[in-house]
Amino acid sequence: MLKEPKISDDQREIWREPINYEKFFKPRGEVHIIPERCKECNYCTNYCPKDVLERSPTVNSHGYHPVRVRPGKEDSCVACGMCQTICPDFAIFIREVQT
Amino acid sequence: MTTEEFHPKHALIRDERFPNVWCPGCGLGILLQSYLNAVEKSGIPLDQQVLVSGIGCTARLPGYAKFDSYHTTHGRAIPFATGMKIANPELKVTVVSGDGDLFNIGGNHFIHAARRNMDLVVICSNNFNYGMTGGQHGSTTPLTSRSASTPYGNVEPTFNLPYLASALGASYVSRWTVMHPRQLAKSIRMAMETKGFAFIEVLSPCPPNFGKFNGFGDGFEEMEFYRSKSTVQNDARLEDVSIDPFHGKPVVLGDFVNRKRPSYIMLENELVRKAMGVKK
Amino acid sequence: MTALLEPGRYFADGNFAITEGALVGGCRFFAGYPITPSSEVLERMSERLPKLGGHFIEMEDEIGSMAAIIGASNAGAKSMTATSGPGFSLMQENIGLGIITETPTVVLDEMRAGPSTGIPTRVGQGDVMQTRYGSHGDLAPITYAPNSVQESFDITIEAFNSAEKYRQPVIIASDQVVGHLSEVLEVKPLEEYDVVQRMMRKHDDEKGVFSYTEDYVPMFVAGTGFRGNVDSLTHDERGYPSNEASVEKEMLEHLLGKVKKNEEKIVKYEEFLVEDAEVTVVAYGITSRAAKQAVRIARKKGLKVGLFRPITLWPFPQRRIEEIAGHTREFIVPEINYGQYSHPIREYSRSETREIHFPPGAIPDYGVILKEIEGAFK
Ligand SMILES: Cc1ncc(C[n+]2csc(CCOP(=O)(O)OP(=O)(O)O)c2C)c(N)n1
Ligand code: SF4
Ligand code: SF4
Ligand SMILES: [Mg+2]
Repeated sequence: MLKEPKISDDQREIWREPINYEKFFKPRGEVHIIPERCKECNYCTNYCPKDVLERSPTVNSHGYHPVRVRPGKEDSCVACGMCQTICPDFAIFIREVQT
Repeated sequence: MTTEEFHPKHALIRDERFPNVWCPGCGLGILLQSYLNAVEKSGIPLDQQVLVSGIGCTARLPGYAKFDSYHTTHGRAIPFATGMKIANPELKVTVVSGDGDLFNIGGNHFIHAARRNMDLVVICSNNFNYGMTGGQHGSTTPLTSRSASTPYGNVEPTFNLPYLASALGASYVSRWTVMHPRQLAKSIRMAMETKGFAFIEVLSPCPPNFGKFNGFGDGFEEMEFYRSKSTVQNDARLEDVSIDPFHGKPVVLGDFVNRKRPSYIMLENELVRKAMGVKK
Repeated sequence: MTALLEPGRYFADGNFAITEGALVGGCRFFAGYPITPSSEVLERMSERLPKLGGHFIEMEDEIGSMAAIIGASNAGAKSMTATSGPGFSLMQENIGLGIITETPTVVLDEMRAGPSTGIPTRVGQGDVMQTRYGSHGDLAPITYAPNSVQESFDITIEAFNSAEKYRQPVIIASDQVVGHLSEVLEVKPLEEYDVVQRMMRKHDDEKGVFSYTEDYVPMFVAGTGFRGNVDSLTHDERGYPSNEASVEKEMLEHLLGKVKKNEEKIVKYEEFLVEDAEVTVVAYGITSRAAKQAVRIARKKGLKVGLFRPITLWPFPQRRIEEIAGHTREFIVPEINYGQYSHPIREYSRSETREIHFPPGAIPDYGVILKEIEGAFK
C-alpha cells in the first residue's frame, strides 16, 4: 500500500502521484531567519511555492513583524531557496538537510 | 526553524552594516545578492573585485559588499571607474548606480565609456525615478506615469537603454528585473567575463516613490506588475524594447548583445607597448 | 626619448616644465580635456606617459577628468590633470571628493582672463579664491603659484610630494604667461630630487580605512586585499557613512587639522628686501616679476620697500605676514584681478592694504606698481 506523500491539498488537485513517488529524493530545507533584519516586505511569504512562511505577531526592534514558519509547516520546506534569493534584506536563508 | 545569525553570504557582506538603509520591498537588496552570486560563480579572486557607485539609493550598494568599494559623486562613477581600470587593468571593476545617476547627470560619461568599449561592468538599477531624493521623474520615467515632479503625468519619452548601449558598441547588453534573480546573476557573471563594456539594466521596485505615485500598494504589487508585463526575448530588435508598461507594451528582457570587439584596455596596452618599444 | 628628462639646461616653457616635473614627481596617469592655455600639458602627456609605461586618457570633460584621476590614484597611480578657469570650475565638486576621500592627486589650473570663457589666450589671476573656497564645504587646500619656468618644474615635483604626504588633491595655480613664456630650465640629476613614494597600506592592517587621531596613515589601494569602503559621505574611521554631527566634527577636524598642523612645513615664500621694509608689496605668479622690478627701482630711489612672494597661496603664510606687519606700515597687493589675495593680507596684517587691480588680459606693467609704491611714501 502507498504511504501518504507530503503534498498540500491544492497540489493534490493538480498533480497525479507517480506510482514510484517514494523512490524520488525529496530535498528538505531548514528555514533560518534573522528577525532583526526583516522589514516585512512579504516577498518571501508571497513567493514561497510551499506557502511555508507567514508574518509573525512579534515585533522586532525596528517595528517590523518578522516572518516565521507557519505553524504546522515545519517539515514542508523543499529547499528551493526562493525566499533566500528574493529577500532584499539577507534576513532569511535555507540550509538543506539530509533525510 | 532557527534564528541563526550567519547568512550564507556572511563573508561577502559587511554584516555589521545590516539592516541596510533601503525601504521595505526595495529591490536593491536582491540586486546585491545577485551580484554576490555572480562573484562567487565567476571565479575571479575576491580581492580583485571593485565596486564603484555614484550617488543615490542604488549607489549605497557597494557599501554593503565586502570588496574594495568606492561611493563617489553623483553621476561620476563611470569616469572614476575608468581611471581605476586604466591604472590597474587587473581589477574587475563594476559600476552599480541608479538610472538617474548613470543616465541623467552622468549620461555623458556613459555614452563615452560605451563608445570606448571601456572594460567595465555597468549595472543600472532602473526604478523609473530618483528614489533617494523622493521620487522625482528622470529620463527613464515611463510616459504618462506620475512622480513627485510629474503630478499631471510625465510628458517626456524615455531612454531605451539597451538600444542606446548597443548602438554605442557595448560588447555585452542585457535587461532583467530583480524578479529574475537567477537570470540576473548569470547575466552579471557573463558581463564579468566580457572584454569591453558590459551593460545590464535591472528593473527594480521603489515602493514608497514610483510605486506609491502609480497606485501600487506595496513592493510585491509592483514586482508582480513587472513580472506580468515581462517577456524574455534574447534576440529582440532593440529598437523596439523601450519601456512603456502603462500602455499595454510588454517589458522585453533578455541577454541581448554578446559580441567580441576590441576593448579599450586591449588597444591601450598595445599602444603603451608600442610607445615603450617592446617587441611582440 | 623614453626616460625622464636628462640633467642639463633646457630652453623651455612653463607647460613643458610642469609636464616634465610631474613625470619626475612620479605621475603615471593623466586625464584631461583640452583648454587654452594648458593644452600643451595634455598633449605632451599623451606622448610622454605611454613611453614611461604610464597611462593617458583624454576624457569627455573636466568633471570626468577629475573623477578619473581620483579613481586612478585609488588604484595606485600618481595622477594629474591640467586645465584652466572654465574647466577648473567644472572640477570643483570632485576636488571635494578628493579631499573627503583623502586621495592624493595634482590639479593644474593655468589661470586666464575670466569670468566665463573670458579671454582664453590671455592671462588672469581671478581663480585665487576659487582654489581656496571653490569646492563646497570646509576645506584646507594646498595651492602653489609658480612664477617662472624653473619654479614650474620644481614646484610640480613638490606638489606631487605634498599630495602624498597630506593625502589630498594639490592645486598648482599657474597663469597663462608663466605657462607660455620660455626661459632657461635647469634639470639636476634625478637622484638629487626628493620624490615621496606612495606608501601603501598593508592588507592585514587592523586599523580602519582612515584615522582621525593620526595626521597620516598610508592609504589602501584597490586590489591589494584591504577590502575597504571609501565614501564621499561623511564617514567614520572605518570608512562607513554617518549622519552624526559628532562624526562630521571628527572627520572635518582631521581633514583641516592635517594641513593646519603642518603649515610651517608646507608654506613656502620668497622675500626680497623685506627685513627693513616700511612698505611691502605682496605679489605672486607673473605679477611678482613686475613687482620685483618696481621694488628694485624704488629702492634705488631710496624708498624702503620690499617684496613678499607667496609660493604657496594656501595655506596662507599667516605667521610671516603677521611678523612683517610688525615693521611694515602698509601693504600693496597687485593682482591680475579686482582684489582677491588682498583680502587675507588685510585680514592677517591688520595693516593699511592698497590694492592694484590689473585688468585680466594683459601682462602687469611694473610702472603702475612703482607709482603706487611712491604714493605710499608720500
Ligand atoms: C550634484 C548633485 N546633484 C543632486 C544631488 C541629489 N541627488 C542625490 S541622489 C539623486 C538621484 C538618484 O537617483 P538614481 O540615480 O535614479 O538613484 P536611486 O536613488 O533611484 O537608486 C539626486 C538627484 C546630488 N547628490 N548631487
Ligand atoms: S523577504 Fe526578507 S525582509 Fe521580506 S519578509 Fe521575507 S524575510 Fe522579511
Ligand atoms: S526610495 Fe526606492 S530605491 Fe530608495 S531605498 Fe526606498 S525603495 Fe529603494
Ligand atoms: Mg532611480
